Amino acid sequence: MTRRVPLYILLPSLVAALCMVLPLVYLALRALQADPATVQSLVLRPRNLTLLGNTLSLVLGVLVISTALSLPLAWIVTRTRIRYKRLLTVLGVVPLAVPGYVMAYALMGLGGHYGVLAQLFGWKLPNIEGYWGATLALSLYTFPYLFLNLRATLLGLDASLEESARSLGYGPGQIFRRVILVQLAPSLMAGWLVIGLYVLGDFGAVSLMRYEAFSYAIFNQYAGAFDRIYAAWLSLMLLAVAAAFVMTESLVLRRRRLASVGRGVARPPPPSELGLWRWPAYLYMGCVFTAAIGLPVMILGYWLLMAPPDLSFFLDVPATFARSAAAAAPAAMLAVAAALPMAYYSVRYRSGLSSMVERSAYVGYAIPPLTLALALVFFALQAAPFLYQTLTLLIFGWTLATLALALGPVRSALMQARPNMEEAAHSLGHGPVSTFFHVIFPGLRRSLFASFALVFLFCMKELPITFLLAPTGYTTLAVTVFSRTSEGMMAEAAPFAAAIVIFSGLSVGMVLQREGNR
Amino acid sequence: MQQTRRLPLFSLLMSLLMLITACDSGETLTLYSGRGESMVKPMVEQFEQQSGIQVDVRYGGTSQLAVLLQEEGENSPADVFWGQDAGAMGSLSKAGLLETLPEGIYQDLPSIYTSTTGQWVAASGRARVFVYSPDRTREESLPETVFELTGEPYRGRVGWAPTNGSFQSFVTAMRLRHGDEKTLEWLKAMKDNDTQVFSNNSTQVQGVADGQIDFGLVNNYYLPRASENDSDFPAAQAFFQPGDIGNMVNVAGVGIIAGSDRQPEAEAFIRFLLSPEAQQYFTSNVYEYPVIDDVEPNAKLESFDRLLEVAPSINLDDLDDLEGTLGLLREAGLI
Repeated sequence: MTRRVPLYILLPSLVAALCMVLPLVYLALRALQADPATVQSLVLRPRNLTLLGNTLSLVLGVLVISTALSLPLAWIVTRTRIRYKRLLTVLGVVPLAVPGYVMAYALMGLGGHYGVLAQLFGWKLPNIEGYWGATLALSLYTFPYLFLNLRATLLGLDASLEESARSLGYGPGQIFRRVILVQLAPSLMAGWLVIGLYVLGDFGAVSLMRYEAFSYAIFNQYAGAFDRIYAAWLSLMLLAVAAAFVMTESLVLRRRRLASVGRGVARPPPPSELGLWRWPAYLYMGCVFTAAIGLPVMILGYWLLMAPPDLSFFLDVPATFARSAAAAAPAAMLAVAAALPMAYYSVRYRSGLSSMVERSAYVGYAIPPLTLALALVFFALQAAPFLYQTLTLLIFGWTLATLALALGPVRSALMQARPNMEEAAHSLGHGPVSTFFHVIFPGLRRSLFASFALVFLFCMKELPITFLLAPTGYTTLAVTVFSRTSEGMMAEAAPFAAAIVIFSGLSVGMVLQREGNR
Repeated sequence: MQQTRRLPLFSLLMSLLMLITACDSGETLTLYSGRGESMVKPMVEQFEQQSGIQVDVRYGGTSQLAVLLQEEGENSPADVFWGQDAGAMGSLSKAGLLETLPEGIYQDLPSIYTSTTGQWVAASGRARVFVYSPDRTREESLPETVFELTGEPYRGRVGWAPTNGSFQSFVTAMRLRHGDEKTLEWLKAMKDNDTQVFSNNSTQVQGVADGQIDFGLVNNYYLPRASENDSDFPAAQAFFQPGDIGNMVNVAGVGIIAGSDRQPEAEAFIRFLLSPEAQQYFTSNVYEYPVIDDVEPNAKLESFDRLLEVAPSINLDDLDDLEGTLGLLREAGLI
């Protein structure tokens, strides 16, 4: 393990890690301007513990439910002979495109005396709210993070492991627990981590569901107040909790070696026939997709029907989508391009430094987006004013925020892949570039596409960074949706919210389409 | 394979380069708008047509843009800021980020609509009201003051939104009028009275319709917007007695950013927002109160005179002390 790290791996990794330091420097700068007594009343108060407790139980609930939603789904689309796998895969990703408040409104709209169901059918269900409302809403649109991670790993599993286990007398249950689950651990942890960090920072769905969580304490200061200094302290507080999450993950994943050391190429296991099991499988997927896609589509349709907007609204949608995608796609490419060397460095050259470099990616994801954007405003104005309010800066900001998302699938795939293949390629005289394209890239292909999709969808919905960093006049779909819902005009927001869901779904479909056509 | 793989990367780099070089030429008025595009865009287009001045708009949350302006300082490309509430305007004014406006722009407006600093002016007004269920409350038992809501008859029946910006502005106004001690007492008593927490104004309006609550503390325009498409919407709204802090009038304000090199154009834009034409639009289309009297009243709003009668008088510039309000809300265990 004392091999020297090639510069083309080390340099980009270090540059990415250094970029993550920028927001921390900014935070420190602002935090030092604060008055200690106020900080104390803000940070060290008992209610923060209560709120933190609420958030932790929310995280737990969301992780359980999102795993229950995504693991069977990932299994069905990778290991069985079910039909329309690609369509099912895309449907499993689309919920990620649903804006959180749309999902919350959709669930809330089901209940109540004057909800959608009450008005259409006269059904008066109890209101969906509080802990279970928030857990359900968050699970329904975050489970694709886990689904994409799991799917990429399941597709890369080597059948010989399971076969060896079977020949050693393991039953199917034992094989699942002792072989497959172990292989899935990195992607489970990566998915759990991004979902956990997401739940930690979410305010929209949580507050709509009337559940008091940790973000309650944070939100007003950093999104509502006209203040940069105390918001910095709360950002630091949030980062501390996030750091605890990240550390838990690395403790669990410590010293794992998942690549097989035998000879031969990894070969996918043969898909199994579902037989009569396909009916429960269809029923299960039907329920998941109805809840995660059907409900939001229903509420959007309902808003549209309540007040059909002018035709001109629809005419604006394609151009606005094009603007969103023109920034989201480069950001996704950049994030994937940066995640690759970072993951490679941390998986193949394990050291204190390499794992620190990898963990640094989570700074950009866990920090409140407004803080990240302000940090970039600050540094751009100081160091590179010509970049200020250009698309470049927005893309850079999005890349910093999403690097952790891109890292998950790539890292899991690298942990599966065998280093000896790369070594063999080197010894056969392939240079680093050639080795990358002929040996490493083919094995990572699916993961890279999964990473791209995750980042792309994140950017399509993103708001605070867009507000602050986009060129003036550059409105994205998400900005348009916000500008209408913030004025209480749900109906006029509906076509744009629907466009986010539909177009993002289609884009992801196209991306996933390419992964198979080699 | 390698060639095709490099192509997208190459074109990406090229497009980035082009974007870097294509910085804007500064020939236009730059507006930072905390108000939504759906409302601002028609006004901006009309102004562009009438004046021939082109306007670039950056949309965002009001407080986010206010913080952005602080971070940008004198490097800000913005000429005009149009914010959702008085607190944001006051905070910019105190940070020295606004120019002083010519007196002619605001001298004819009622005092509830002007800043004593003369650095910004209201573009439209919104009043706090209570929304209620006509089915579950009797007309004669409606509350006369917001302080009554802590009483036994209202236990568990009232909604509020402690994390919502317009509610917090109202609390700031209450502190200015009645002092921190009495405000904290009220907040705690409301909490003890099982007041139901909502996330914003529109969910309270829906909550009244859904039967979760019988009363809600909201801004005046949410109910008219909800009932616009549904005339049977089962909720009504009313003011408290004249002068009660529960009727506090907040404003969307507009001001010129210090150091702007397009002052005449910026002034022209502000004058346009205060013109009868723009004021008519705010009243008729978004159910806000006009700042001038000579517009056709909106039948769904109380009259301009009635608004001036019920509105408590407060200093709009002091609404920026959100820090103190957040402190009280924390002390009461509400956020």
